[in-house]
Amino acid sequence: MDYFIELLFSGLTRGSIYALIALGYTMVYGIIGLINFAHGEIYMIGAFTAFIVATVLSIYGFPLLAIVIIAGLAAVVWASSYGYTVEKIAYKPLRHAPRLSPLISAIGMSIFLQNYVLLSQTSDFLPFPALIPDFAFMEPVAHIVGSTDLAILVTTVVVMLILTLLIKFSKLGKAMRATSQDRTMATLVGINVNRVISATFIVGSSLAAIGGLLIASHIGQINFYIGFLAGIKAFTAAVLGGIGSIPGAVLGSLILGLTESFATGYVTSDYEDVFAFTLLVLILIFKPSGLLGKAANQKV
Amino acid sequence: MTTPILEVTGLTMDFGGIRALNAVDLEVNSGEIVALIGPNGAGKTTFFNCITGIYRPTAGDIYIFRPDHAGRLSLKGLKPNQVTERGLARTFQNIRLFPKMTVLENVMIGRHCRTKSFLFGAVLRTRANRREEEEILEMSYRMLEQVGIAQYADDNAENLPYGAQRRLEIARAMATEPLLLLLDEPAAGMNPQETIELDRLIKEISRAGQAILLIEHDMKLVMSLSDRIVVMDYGKKIAQGNPLEIRTNPAVIKAYLGEEVNA
Repeated sequence: MDYFIELLFSGLTRGSIYALIALGYTMVYGIIGLINFAHGEIYMIGAFTAFIVATVLSIYGFPLLAIVIIAGLAAVVWASSYGYTVEKIAYKPLRHAPRLSPLISAIGMSIFLQNYVLLSQTSDFLPFPALIPDFAFMEPVAHIVGSTDLAILVTTVVVMLILTLLIKFSKLGKAMRATSQDRTMATLVGINVNRVISATFIVGSSLAAIGGLLIASHIGQINFYIGFLAGIKAFTAAVLGGIGSIPGAVLGSLILGLTESFATGYVTSDYEDVFAFTLLVLILIFKPSGLLGKAANQKV
Repeated sequence: MTTPILEVTGLTMDFGGIRALNAVDLEVNSGEIVALIGPNGAGKTTFFNCITGIYRPTAGDIYIFRPDHAGRLSLKGLKPNQVTERGLARTFQNIRLFPKMTVLENVMIGRHCRTKSFLFGAVLRTRANRREEEEILEMSYRMLEQVGIAQYADDNAENLPYGAQRRLEIARAMATEPLLLLLDEPAAGMNPQETIELDRLIKEISRAGQAILLIEHDMKLVMSLSDRIVVMDYGKKIAQGNPLEIRTNPAVIKAYLGEEVNA
């Protein structure tokens, strides 16, 4: 039973990280109908920024809490500025081009950002400092649920709540929903669509950067290539839940995380990625619009 | 006292080799209802698309006169959201609401371009921001009452009956506080009863001082509402005048009205 609970929590943790990244995919898709393949790289840049800032601060002996907060903020700001810039450089000029063009541009940005980090940093795996301490109150259950697992879950839930409130009640959230439903009409009621699209990229990138910080301190190492697999997995999760749907992205991520966790725990860990992508293939065959997606008559 | 609100001169729009609008002039004065009529394909909707910034006209000028601004403001080359900010708001002949948002939200979103706080206000929820938000809510609700669909406030827009969706479109456009309201075939698809109610609604809005420019095929409605009628055919303005003049204008009868006038 302990083993089951351990797998359950490790699955939920994984799932929440996927969710933080998947939300960026699904929000961007919902607004401009583009699969932003460079999104995984934004997450990687978030992790790198957190790594650099955290390492420097720990040299100067800052307390752990301050390190987490400053590194987190730095990661969010820096990764958002990359997300914003990528949109301006690679997608905005192609706004009215055929759908394939921005997709190729996105893949190009992804390759560019990977190599940019490879050249400017290193190709080695870097040891990421343990930012999340072992909480004393977690002691009795520490062999089942780690403190980092708990921290990741709680952070994710809080972030999701804020995002939900933002989208449901704020002016920006309303503008985002309006833009995704009818972009021309949105401009005609006075919404600056370019600004809404930029804001979407900034919000998505911030979530990915938080994910980057959390996962890096969970796994304990990063390199320039982590964005690729994480990006593909999160994309799978977004498709699983129905791309364009925000609750769908969260649901898909949790299902994907749990599937991976239980499959590696009870079957074999050699085929971890195989399970994830088998799930993707199955969903594409049996419910191509995803679990919570609308039938595909809208954006195609 | 009539002061001009909109002045369009020599508006021309080419699509490839086809001239959809040919040097069209048009003015709307404050408090007026002006109707733009003409056979299908005459260029009426193209005219709307040009002045609201959806199309970029090939030639010609578009000016708006704002009371808070000396002289005239050119709208040419502006993006649709900038045109809306300067005081034009429109509806479409095929209804274009935000289907998955509530009726109230649809109106509130029209109101947002008149308010300042954007991202930071939303995140920080300052007191000024909250007050502004309350004002928007209250004003949007009044708007719904004015067009008579307040009972649907919390329903999704897609679930409204057809006539109510039309009214909601008008309310949303009104929420942007336009100097001039553009209605593109507001009576399209309405039954006679709904058309009569629409006639009443537009008159009410007009009585409150709102200037309106509308495209409409329902001649009874046009004749009942308009202070002035502008007739287009093949992208050109062929006549303008009050309803009586238009009714008896031979060029108009030839181009368009034909049997309807004789009947």
